[in-house]
Amino acid sequence: MTTVTLMTTALGAVVAQNVFFYMIAAIMVFAALRVVTSDNIVHAALYLVVVLAGVAAQFVLLGAEFLGVTQVLVYIGAVVVLFLFGIMLTRAKVGSEANLDHQNRWPAILTAVMLLLVMAYAVIDFAGDEEIEVINASPTSVQEVSDAIFSTYIVAFEAISVLLLAALIGAIVVARKE
Amino acid sequence: MLTPLALEFAYWQETIVKIVIGLVAVLLPTGALVYMFLFKMMSFMQSRLGPMETGPHGAMQLLAEFGKFLQKEDIFPSKADRWVFAAAPFVVLVSTFMLVLVLPGGPSAYFTDLSTGIYFALAVSSVSVIGTLMAGWGSNSKYALLGGLRAAGQLIAYELPLVLSVVGVVIMAGTLNLREIVLSQSDFGIWFIIPQFLGFLIYLIAIQAELTQPPFDMPVAESELVTGYLTEYSGLRFLLFFIAEFATAAIFSAIGATLFLGGWTIPFVDPTAEFMNYIGPFVLGIKMIGIAFLIFWFRVTYPRFREDQLQRLAWKFLIPLALFNIVVTAVFKVVF
Repeated sequence: MTTVTLMTTALGAVVAQNVFFYMIAAIMVFAALRVVTSDNIVHAALYLVVVLAGVAAQFVLLGAEFLGVTQVLVYIGAVVVLFLFGIMLTRAKVGSEANLDHQNRWPAILTAVMLLLVMAYAVIDFAGDEEIEVINASPTSVQEVSDAIFSTYIVAFEAISVLLLAALIGAIVVARKE
Repeated sequence: MLTPLALEFAYWQETIVKIVIGLVAVLLPTGALVYMFLFKMMSFMQSRLGPMETGPHGAMQLLAEFGKFLQKEDIFPSKADRWVFAAAPFVVLVSTFMLVLVLPGGPSAYFTDLSTGIYFALAVSSVSVIGTLMAGWGSNSKYALLGGLRAAGQLIAYELPLVLSVVGVVIMAGTLNLREIVLSQSDFGIWFIIPQFLGFLIYLIAIQAELTQPPFDMPVAESELVTGYLTEYSGLRFLLFFIAEFATAAIFSAIGATLFLGGWTIPFVDPTAEFMNYIGPFVLGIKMIGIAFLIFWFRVTYPRFREDQLQRLAWKFLIPLALFNIVVTAVFKVVF
């Protein structure tokens, strides 16, 4: 009896997860299309916020709580804010703007399609027809994430730190007046 | 939040109850802060009475103000970007309401017990910058845009010392979860304000700047920018910004009380006792008012900074100091 209840609850959770996945995905696709078709650069940046918030929501839906919060902090709280800051300081006008479309749209589409193919190949190669089982329904703890970063992936972590530092120094050198 | 009530709720009923309690938890402290500090304490410090006519000692003034704002016309500037202008106050308010989610009011009196706790709070608080920038740009006015840009520059600069000042507490407690941070303080036997006094000072200065309260109120400097990004707002939308500002002040004070003053706990009383779920929120409220008092005291005491002084204070003073605090705390954690 208990097993039956447990199974139906789990099934209900999976169904709810799927429903929300497709709802969020639909919003994300719409917002992503508006990012590239919008005729005002600030509107495009604000639609980008919706896309990035959707990514965070998908992470949370998959139980990757830490990743979702990091997505909000880094991308919405910092990257897009700096985008908006830069745009508003320099050229943002209210109303539609002509010539906002870039001429390199065909190479861009080609790049996007190729990226899609590579990622689709990676996912299909990894899982094939098998269904990936959800190991535990509860969210991954912060401790597990930090243990993984600072033991298994320590080399990659340090490499990224050095890369970011180099980018930071590079930005200062480029921006410095001589 | 509902365990202490000993009632069985369906998920949707629980959600509704949580929304109602959340509204109360945001609006009640906000009203208390505005009346106690903005209306009364500030007036007494300036040798005047403040609002006295509405109700006993002016106690009903808030309701009168609320009614006034509600009946005002919702004005849109004709050249404004309508959609962005209209949405901006709600973006700020959403960020405020998400902050309250992780605050624990007792051992099992919370909205949600996230393992990322304080990290989540700092992340959602940074979303309000987008609302501020939307308000500044969407108004299509020079003063509003300048105010919005100043606000964004200031919030980006002071987010770093805010995050770094909290790291010391996180190292000592060994967890990001706010409820466990509170419990680890009663395990230690002292509130973290004593070993982390430097962190507490940096936290206070950083939230003062994050809330754009004087002396960090360049974004709304009335003698230079009218009222900055709020210039074109009126009626309900202005009220939403106003509520968001003081609600965030209340919640940041409550988070400060949770991190440094032991949250819902009372010294020498078992923090996990059942009755703490009932008196915990009130204890937290009293501690919150204590920290909010400091914020408003600084507000009426110091004159406004200059923009370059503000940036220098953050980048050249507070951030190195916070990093020093982290290093010292980490060394002590490893040694002892």
